[in-house]
Amino acid sequence: MSALPTPEDLKAQIEAGVAGAVLTVIPNGSPSAQHSLLLDNEHARAVAFFLRDHPDLCLDYCSLVTGIDWLDRETTEKVKVKRVVDGPDGSQQETEVEETHKTKHPGYLEAVYHLFSMEKKHGPVILRVRTGNRTDQTSIPSLTPVWRSAEFQEREAFDLYGIVFDGHPDLRRILMWDGFVDFPMRKDYVPPADDILATEAHR
Amino acid sequence: MTHTVVDLDPIGIGEGEIMEVSMGPHHPSTHGVFRMDVRLEGERVVRLKPVFGYLHRNHEKIAEHGAYLSAIPYTDRLDYLCSMTNNWGYCLAVEKLAGLQVPERAEYIRVIVAELTRFQNHAGLVGFLLQDMGASGTPLMYAFREREKVLDLFESLSGARMMCNYMRFGGLRVDASAAWLDEVRQLTARLPRFVDEFENLLRSNEILMARTQGAGVLSRKLAINAGVTGPMLRASGVNYDIRKVDRYGIYDRFEFRVPLGDHGDVYDRYMMRILEMRETVKILEQALRGIPEGPIMDPKVRLRGLRPKAGEAYGRIESPKGELGFFLISDGSTNPYRYRVRPPSMINLTILEDMCLGQNVADVVITLGSVDIVLGEVDR
Repeated sequence: MSALPTPEDLKAQIEAGVAGAVLTVIPNGSPSAQHSLLLDNEHARAVAFFLRDHPDLCLDYCSLVTGIDWLDRETTEKVKVKRVVDGPDGSQQETEVEETHKTKHPGYLEAVYHLFSMEKKHGPVILRVRTGNRTDQTSIPSLTPVWRSAEFQEREAFDLYGIVFDGHPDLRRILMWDGFVDFPMRKDYVPPADDILATEAHR
Repeated sequence: MTHTVVDLDPIGIGEGEIMEVSMGPHHPSTHGVFRMDVRLEGERVVRLKPVFGYLHRNHEKIAEHGAYLSAIPYTDRLDYLCSMTNNWGYCLAVEKLAGLQVPERAEYIRVIVAELTRFQNHAGLVGFLLQDMGASGTPLMYAFREREKVLDLFESLSGARMMCNYMRFGGLRVDASAAWLDEVRQLTARLPRFVDEFENLLRSNEILMARTQGAGVLSRKLAINAGVTGPMLRASGVNYDIRKVDRYGIYDRFEFRVPLGDHGDVYDRYMMRILEMRETVKILEQALRGIPEGPIMDPKVRLRGLRPKAGEAYGRIESPKGELGFFLISDGSTNPYRYRVRPPSMINLTILEDMCLGQNVADVVITLGSVDIVLGEVDR
């Protein structure tokens, strides 16, 4: 088993090999230490081809493709700031007060690809691609032209998460039926009432 | 089997020679509720689209709603013929996610039950495949006779024949008694004779060879690119067995060989199973010789209320059907934020159309039979 470069080295190698590609290393805090690389949407497919066809990396096998739903979230941060306030006797004093800062992080959908090499018997290299948001910018490039094994799994991520894979040869629902409207794996999915079968859409 | 269906793109007038056949979902050759939209020109397949999801219950969502422990019985129901290996795949992923250790005795028992599972799965698959070819009854009964012995052992170990719910992250639920291990030893001693008998019955059978050789060919290159795994990949000549590549558990301690095919046809896939059964017996013998005494569970592991540190892990094993993987993301709470199964039999179906194009309908049946699918896992 040959060793893979560290995520940082791999990032540098890809950025040198694919013109214009911008990657970010996403660290993983778990003991598994499987760190991943976030790709920019524009160069995702070029990077995928690079990783597959590189003679040393030779990541010919895309094992797992999956979607993840990250909701909008808000983080609060307590910061101590110096303020000039009116003292009880009317004079101006400088004191330290605590303020809470709220930051909004917009949600997004994410596709994760686990790559291995059957030739070199190493892996995994984990790639992530993110959509702009969860509502109207849900398109990311499909990697099915690079690895056929993504075909059904991208269809599944489309079916259950609503990620639209541009360039997928046959993007249809795969597990749910064709008339189904929602995306059941999303975190904010509300299951329909029990009388669903009586409604018009599902007759 | 022969009702026409409304299809995605209607056939143009003037191509009246083409017939659409919906094979399944209720057809014995589809091994469950699985459908193939087949377009035929005469007897020749010109298009084939697999349709599944009839058994979909959103297994992943169910697991995300429960604690880490409560997903284990659900994994039994993925590939319901191989609950032991499903348990192992999931437990391995949780162990990676939370950094848990497994005691040595538990590792040995895991290998023993996983290899017994592999044996009975392969025996069953060969039986079903021959049933698909018209060898009505006899080979399947031979296979099931042997499978039943394995299931009896599982029942006396875990309480259930098929839904074993036996493994836990960090070890096992119950220990195996000395008497149980003796029974496994006795069975293992008899297994090679069964494989010989099975092989003699079929190996040089002229009808079997004529039916299977050259049918459903899968090239090495396409197999790799399409992420095909397990015996099906190795039948196409790719040496990739996760027991050898990752050496998870204690597989680095056992001597066994990885059988490889070179044509990638149905016959090779059939032979792969027979040869793997022989290797499985070798592993069983070594594991039964080497099994030590000791605990089966790490006492420090909190089964209930496990809260792994935020992060993610992908754990995978060589299940009888291919690479079975579990991808887990923890946000630090008691249940996984994301729980994903990599179902080998679903991904092995990706290239079903490529294998079947230009073949006869009867060959579609045996090609599908040689893929080895279980719909509980395909649909989840």
